[in-house]
Amino acid sequence: MSAPTPALDIRGVRKSFGSLEVLRGVDLTVRQGEVTVILGPSGSGKSTLLRVINHLEPADTGIVQVAGEIIGYRLEGTTLHQLPEKKVLKQRAKIGFVFQNFNLFGHRTVLQNVVEAPVSALRISRKDAEVRGRELLAQVGLSDKADSYPRQLSGGQQQRVAIARALALDPQLILFDEPTSALDPELVGEVLTVIQDLASTGITLVVVTHEIGFARKVADTVIFMDEGLIVEKGTPAEVIDNPKEERTKRFISRVL
Amino acid sequence: MTLSITAPDSAPTPPAPAAAGRGASTPPPTDLKVETLSVARVWHPWRWFATVVVLVLSAQFIHGLITNKTWDWKTFQQYVFAPSILNALKLTLELTLYAVLIGFLAGIGIAAARLSKIPLLNVVSWVFVWAFRSIPLPVQILIWFNISALYKTVSLGVPFGPSFFDFSTRSLFSPFVAALIALSLHQAAYAAEIIRAGIISVDPGQSEAAAALGIPRRRQFLRIILPQAMRAIVPNATNEIIGMVKSTSLLSAVAVTELFYQAQVILGRNGRPIPLLIVATFWYIVVTTVLTIGQFYVERHFAKGAQRHLPPTPIQKFRTKIGHIALVIRRRSAEGRIATAGDAR
Repeated sequence: MSAPTPALDIRGVRKSFGSLEVLRGVDLTVRQGEVTVILGPSGSGKSTLLRVINHLEPADTGIVQVAGEIIGYRLEGTTLHQLPEKKVLKQRAKIGFVFQNFNLFGHRTVLQNVVEAPVSALRISRKDAEVRGRELLAQVGLSDKADSYPRQLSGGQQQRVAIARALALDPQLILFDEPTSALDPELVGEVLTVIQDLASTGITLVVVTHEIGFARKVADTVIFMDEGLIVEKGTPAEVIDNPKEERTKRFISRVL
Repeated sequence: MTLSITAPDSAPTPPAPAAAGRGASTPPPTDLKVETLSVARVWHPWRWFATVVVLVLSAQFIHGLITNKTWDWKTFQQYVFAPSILNALKLTLELTLYAVLIGFLAGIGIAAARLSKIPLLNVVSWVFVWAFRSIPLPVQILIWFNISALYKTVSLGVPFGPSFFDFSTRSLFSPFVAALIALSLHQAAYAAEIIRAGIISVDPGQSEAAAALGIPRRRQFLRIILPQAMRAIVPNATNEIIGMVKSTSLLSAVAVTELFYQAQVILGRNGRPIPLLIVATFWYIVVTTVLTIGQFYVERHFAKGAQRHLPPTPIQKFRTKIGHIALVIRRRSAEGRIATAGDAR
């Protein structure tokens, strides 16, 4: 009965913006080291779900647990006590987040971007952080760009820096919010390759993307979302190649 | 205008057919050597016209400066470096420096309060900005100067309870202190809005990324947001600082011996208003110029990473231009030598 703690456990998450309910009760469990790809049309709540996971958007109801720890709250009896921002920031430092628009710090060099969070959030010495930072830049194939500024890089290179920046905190879980949607088609491959390499390192990955080919190749689990609900969940072979739900079939046939 | 290609004089080309006319492009001959082509630039007659007009007006103005005796350059010369004027200039600079420092430090705090999630701070900072933008600076100066009429003593203690220290307002609020308070409060209100404008101009993705990385809040503000906001802040802040240099002249109304007051004292004595007003103007221009140059380099510093490559400084531009001209002259003279050698043959 004692199953290992899941890397990510989402229960009954609902979220509204004004009168629009974007998430309408989402439940999801992700095992340690698993790669989950979330597919779905725009407006289906995929990105909001990712942002709820690391508490950039707090859920209206429901809880998110990462490695057994409730994000943003402390549970006492049946009361969820809001955590002070300091504690939330500490929790976030364990969850990597890669944005669609990279959001690199434009006024700092590539290496400074990677080093900033380990130094200020984890209080690692700048020297050690820089050594680790250079290793990570090598891992994403950008050793020679350490002293460039983000705007001097291509989109694909910037996104790889963003991945290195997320990795610098040694996260157990990394969330990717459409990491290749802002890229030229020929630059998509280099970013997906980096993500694919991460999949084999045992870090849990949750990837929102429109790259069906990537999902089929790398995902352990594919989730199809529509109108704030998980419509279908299964292996790539199930969801992409033999979808059961009508809505999934229509979506897959249109993007393939 | 259509593209017209003119071959360099040295390359012999067949004369263009007359029918082609001016502006029409002739079809290039098949044996054309593309490497030998040079570009004749478009002629801008209005630029030349405007240049001539500006030069004539400038010459007239300079002529007037030299020949009109009322400018009285002799008196100007006598006072421009006079110790009394230089001391007054020093006071002007001190007042500006302190008012700007206090004003902008307070401004950062007020802007942060305006943008914070704490309702009380929002209200307090809004009221502060509202109040001190509403009161004209000369009025504020006079109020602080007369504050001792309003409160005889200043005490530190418990409200409605015992007080621990008492100061006489008159001794605490010297004209310099009263002036400084007025200028600083005024500056803080404007600085707060300039800084707030800079902060909201930074892409929200930046603070989101910083939050997602778990970077502490203070550090998010000081290391990620503020440096990027500086790009929008610096030009407006320089405006404000330059404005402050000149606002100190309002203090002449309360007999603080800053630059303008001192100039007025002297012109009242010797009855030569124009040269003394020019003395004051001269120093205000000098200070503004220095600040403007400073602005350029500060802007450049904060442009790091905002552009792929920084534009050259005026000095660098000047050097490149000189180098370019030297290159053209060298090439011309080399061509000339070849041409004369050809003639000799």
